[in-house]
Amino acid sequence: MKSYIIKRLLQLIPIVIGITLLSFAMMRMAGSDAVTQMYSQSGAIVSEEVIQKAREELGLDKPFIVQYFVWLGGLLRGDMGTSYVSGKNVFSTFVSKLPATLLLTLMSIVFTVAVSIPLGILAAVKQNKVTDYIIRFCTFIGNSMPNFFIALLLMNLFAIQLGWLPVMSTGTTFISGIMPTLTLGISMAAKYTRQVRATVLEELDKDYVTGLKAKGVRGSVILWGSVLKSSMLTIVTLLALSIGSLLGGTAIVESIFMWDGVGKLAVDSITMRDYPLIQAYVVWMAIIYVVVNLVTDILYHYLDPRVRLGGLRD
Amino acid sequence: MREASERKNFIEEEDTTEVKKSVKHASETGPTVRVQKIKKNRIKGKLIVFLILAGALLFVSLFARQLCPYDPYKQDLSAALQSPSPEHLMGTDRFGRDLLSRIIMGSQASIYSTLLLVLIVSVVGTIFGVFCGWKGGKVDSVLMRISDIFLAFPELVFALAVAGVLGGGIQNAIFAMAAIAWPKYARIARSQTLAQKETPYMYAARLSGDTTFQMIFKHILPNIMGPVLVTAMLDIGTMMMGLSGLSYLGLGAMPPTAEWGSMMSESRSMLQTYPWVTLSPGVAIFISVMIFNLLGDTVRDYLDPRQRTK
Repeated sequence: MKSYIIKRLLQLIPIVIGITLLSFAMMRMAGSDAVTQMYSQSGAIVSEEVIQKAREELGLDKPFIVQYFVWLGGLLRGDMGTSYVSGKNVFSTFVSKLPATLLLTLMSIVFTVAVSIPLGILAAVKQNKVTDYIIRFCTFIGNSMPNFFIALLLMNLFAIQLGWLPVMSTGTTFISGIMPTLTLGISMAAKYTRQVRATVLEELDKDYVTGLKAKGVRGSVILWGSVLKSSMLTIVTLLALSIGSLLGGTAIVESIFMWDGVGKLAVDSITMRDYPLIQAYVVWMAIIYVVVNLVTDILYHYLDPRVRLGGLRD
Repeated sequence: MREASERKNFIEEEDTTEVKKSVKHASETGPTVRVQKIKKNRIKGKLIVFLILAGALLFVSLFARQLCPYDPYKQDLSAALQSPSPEHLMGTDRFGRDLLSRIIMGSQASIYSTLLLVLIVSVVGTIFGVFCGWKGGKVDSVLMRISDIFLAFPELVFALAVAGVLGGGIQNAIFAMAAIAWPKYARIARSQTLAQKETPYMYAARLSGDTTFQMIFKHILPNIMGPVLVTAMLDIGTMMMGLSGLSYLGLGAMPPTAEWGSMMSESRSMLQTYPWVTLSPGVAIFISVMIFNLLGDTVRDYLDPRQRTK
């Protein structure tokens, strides 16, 4: 187990280097560097010499790879430069917005789990019956709606028709969070219910279930005692894997509901061409995603008795 | 990371268990062939229906300009924000443009560019994957590590950044989505190629003097097309939602271009007063995505080799 964790941590290094290198290169490709951006923002017309001097001061005349390592060093110290627009420290701006996004992500996950695990199990147990068809129909509908459409529908229903909720978020509160959570949760729950159903069905099809049935064990006992216990591992893993799409989805949903998180920050920065902030967003979201995946893999290994007891590889 | 995504793919494939299971039970209890045939025919029937529906969508998007009852870009402020009427079947928008015409025109940007996107990523990914699988060795592991890096980004986050760097425009949005979507195809094509490479018939082909080129095009490609095609079909809906999402954020098609996502974003302030103006492009996306998803599911059921052998 220990060697497995070490191996996975070592594998993380090239991935993180890749992520940072790619993000760095991408922002360089954007064409304008900090200096031209700075002067064009202030509107001042400056001579080529002044620009050249400012470039030298910021180290922008050095080769690409040197710049990359300087930037990477800053990244590790939490220094990612200053925003072109507000002039504030990029990293601290990003960190100050992160809790709102994490809260939204967490609420959506809770919603997804609360909705889709019971529904998925129910659909699997009632396979090819009316209940199953209704659940599958609903998941199908949910799967085919882009989240900005769901967001506008919810807004129309809850904020405009019924007047129960505020149209725009009024701060990071639970009430304002309901609609963004529902938006993210509905698309995720639709996908996830299908996966839970498939997982449970697969488990129900195994020979030991037939054996238990033949022994006369009651259906509910088989389901709760054995089937769900062994399906849970897969179900939890799948949930962790869907966090990636959730992290991306927050960008759209946050900007629709004016939820003050990193997703909205990213979209605003893109509109303003504030490259250091976009860079921080891409790098940190990717790192969060990779770490979540790593933890999932390690947990999976830890929780799987075949692996833990040394039966399988590792 | 890779293990995890493979596990996920595996489980997603298992979505068809119920069909297979019933086939299996039938084989244990009775008239296998007949049950199988009925199943197969049912899938075939569904396939034809969804192919026709998807074909109709494609037809609309290809001949959008000819099918529009009005000019989708012609502004007529005196006719702004009309409710649906026999004259304007879906009403008009803020600038008095006929909404139905704009939605039909929008299908060109939405459907056409999605199909183009899926075509690009599946072809590029497949070439990359076949090359890696065929070459093997160091080249393979280096190239696959590169594709791992792309997989390490949450999908939309990377697309947002690419679109942000390149600026708006539908081509840039397609490029942004393509940048994150190709590694999936590369991975599938690579594993399929690896599996095919070691089969006896490949040795036979080599012995009978086939060149590498011939072997790849005559034997490998036709044999790996199934899984790639299924993935591509299932991807159309997701890609369409992704592209229109980028357009909604102002990173894809730009107004006044009629595109469903940007039409919704353009008119979102009218949600309170004229909800149909805002929501009808969303319904168009929803219906198209649904048709392509249904088609994708059916194609998967139809092509699933495990099912075919049973």
